[in-house]
Amino acid sequence: MVEDKTISGRIFSAINFTILAIIALITVLPLVHVVAGSFTTSAELASSKFVLIPKVWSLEAYKFIFSTNTIFKAMGVSIGVTAIGSVISLFITSLMAYALTRRDLDGRKVVNFMVVFTMLFHGGMIPTFLVVKELGLIDTYASLILPSAISAFNMIILRNFFQNIPEGLEESAKIDGCNDFGILFRIVLPLSLPALATIGLFYAVTYWNTYMNAILYLNDSAKWPIQVLLRQIVVLASGMDHSATLDAAVPPPDQSIKMAVIVVATLPIVCVYPFLQKHFAKGAMLGSMKG
Amino acid sequence: MQEVTAQTSSAPQLQPKPEIYKSSSELKKRLWRNKWLYVMLTPGVLYFLIFKYLPMYGLIISFQDYKPYQGITGSDWVGMKHFSRLFTEPDFLNILVNTLVLFGLNILIYFPMPIILALMLNELQGTFFKRTFQTIFYLPHFLSLVIIVSISYVMVTMDGGIINELLVYFGFEPINFLLNPGWFRPMYIIQVIWREAGWGTIIYLASIAAIDPGLYEASRMDGAGRLRQVWHITLPAIRGVIITLFILKIGSVLDLGFEHVYLLLNSMNREVAEIIDTYVYTAGLRQGQFSYSTAIGFFKSIVGFVMVILVNKLSKKMGEEGVY
Repeated sequence: MVEDKTISGRIFSAINFTILAIIALITVLPLVHVVAGSFTTSAELASSKFVLIPKVWSLEAYKFIFSTNTIFKAMGVSIGVTAIGSVISLFITSLMAYALTRRDLDGRKVVNFMVVFTMLFHGGMIPTFLVVKELGLIDTYASLILPSAISAFNMIILRNFFQNIPEGLEESAKIDGCNDFGILFRIVLPLSLPALATIGLFYAVTYWNTYMNAILYLNDSAKWPIQVLLRQIVVLASGMDHSATLDAAVPPPDQSIKMAVIVVATLPIVCVYPFLQKHFAKGAMLGSMKG
Repeated sequence: MQEVTAQTSSAPQLQPKPEIYKSSSELKKRLWRNKWLYVMLTPGVLYFLIFKYLPMYGLIISFQDYKPYQGITGSDWVGMKHFSRLFTEPDFLNILVNTLVLFGLNILIYFPMPIILALMLNELQGTFFKRTFQTIFYLPHFLSLVIIVSISYVMVTMDGGIINELLVYFGFEPINFLLNPGWFRPMYIIQVIWREAGWGTIIYLASIAAIDPGLYEASRMDGAGRLRQVWHITLPAIRGVIITLFILKIGSVLDLGFEHVYLLLNSMNREVAEIIDTYVYTAGLRQGQFSYSTAIGFFKSIVGFVMVILVNKLSKKMGEEGVY
């Protein structure tokens, strides 16, 4: 946008900036409040109404939540599922996406249609649950990964990206005696690192945030990932009455402890966010275009 | 002559370019040459067959009285029994209304937000603030719904939540946001806006970036102020994207997503909060009414599918690009 130096233009800009700044403030304030609240004592939280920077710093809440094994265990589950799940998802998504870029592949159109159709129509929660159950995945960590191992959307984004790699490169590799795996791993994937990073991080965020699969497929509370535990500690202890009961090791927690759990469950996302942000706008745009 | 007909009938679907598909032996050769590609395709295809297409096959239990121990092959067929129950059950009417109300709020209140935000961001002069604001606005999209709901809970709880503390400080009565059914819908839509409005701007900003700067130049010559430029240049330029996204939204009418509402649901707000997805979960997995809840899910999937097809046709008729 070209600089607008007229008086009315400046007034317009000033108002526009102010409103945006207020919206940005509203967006971050809840986060700041929770982070600040987690680093102070509950007594301090109760006395000062609005905590942005705590007057009294305290690690009491964190000491408390890490004094039992519950949080460690759930973090471990989430980290494991995120790491293993992202690798599996990225791997099989790349394989499929690459194969589907090859025009001489018979049946390519059928498979493409098969993938797109699942974005328009699906069997729903109960039939999917029954399939997972028949496969014996109930109460296994695999149930947090396999039922959502490939996102059709991510596959299409990646396929479109691979399609833009010049075919000449692949052909010269073939002349040098590379088979299709060689072409994929030595040529296509190294050229696609930004796309792989984006899709990989999208998968990682999804696995870290996984909640529904755990609610549906895990009855054993010892296997809960952090998101389910977070709900148990914050939502259910706020006078809610869902069927599941709170772990006996955790008494009804007070505010600063709840905030500390929220921070712990959010931290990994905030850590990867800067890396994610570099790429995702492009990735999201690519995905919104037609395949 | 006979040979030709024999050839065409052997592979009638595979002949878009007859000169390539000369004989079945050549097809075999090509299949063999691409063997590694088929190996690559296998895990993906298996995934879609097992976790997407088997459940579609499983939809037939909505025409049965499905018993887990008898399986699909052993359960009794009951025809449309579960579907006719849908339309006579008062519960179902209620969840349908709740679903439609939340959808309406989504369209009326949430949908314009990313557009307004994108227009405002576009008018911002100076890249530093633009970047900073965008970074802040995109972030909530990556937080899980559990985190979003948890943050609102610690803020609005009666037990020392900041919102109620402020209400009391300014001399109002504290409000029990969590258990008061009247507050369920506002809380839901505020959370949707907080999480998604910023992320939603990406696509609008991208299409704004494609506008020819000469148009703004020319309008300035004609004496148009900034607001007029937004109204007469920017908005019309992104009209197509707005319509496309609107259509996509309409297509997902019954599909609000299970997680968000489930997280906010409790026994006090059930009458307004129970939607199709949460009802399927409760009736199906908690109460074991597999066939009935599958029928509800089936109904939802069909409505969604038909809506997408319909609105896509409509958009093409209106001269806009279709969604697919």
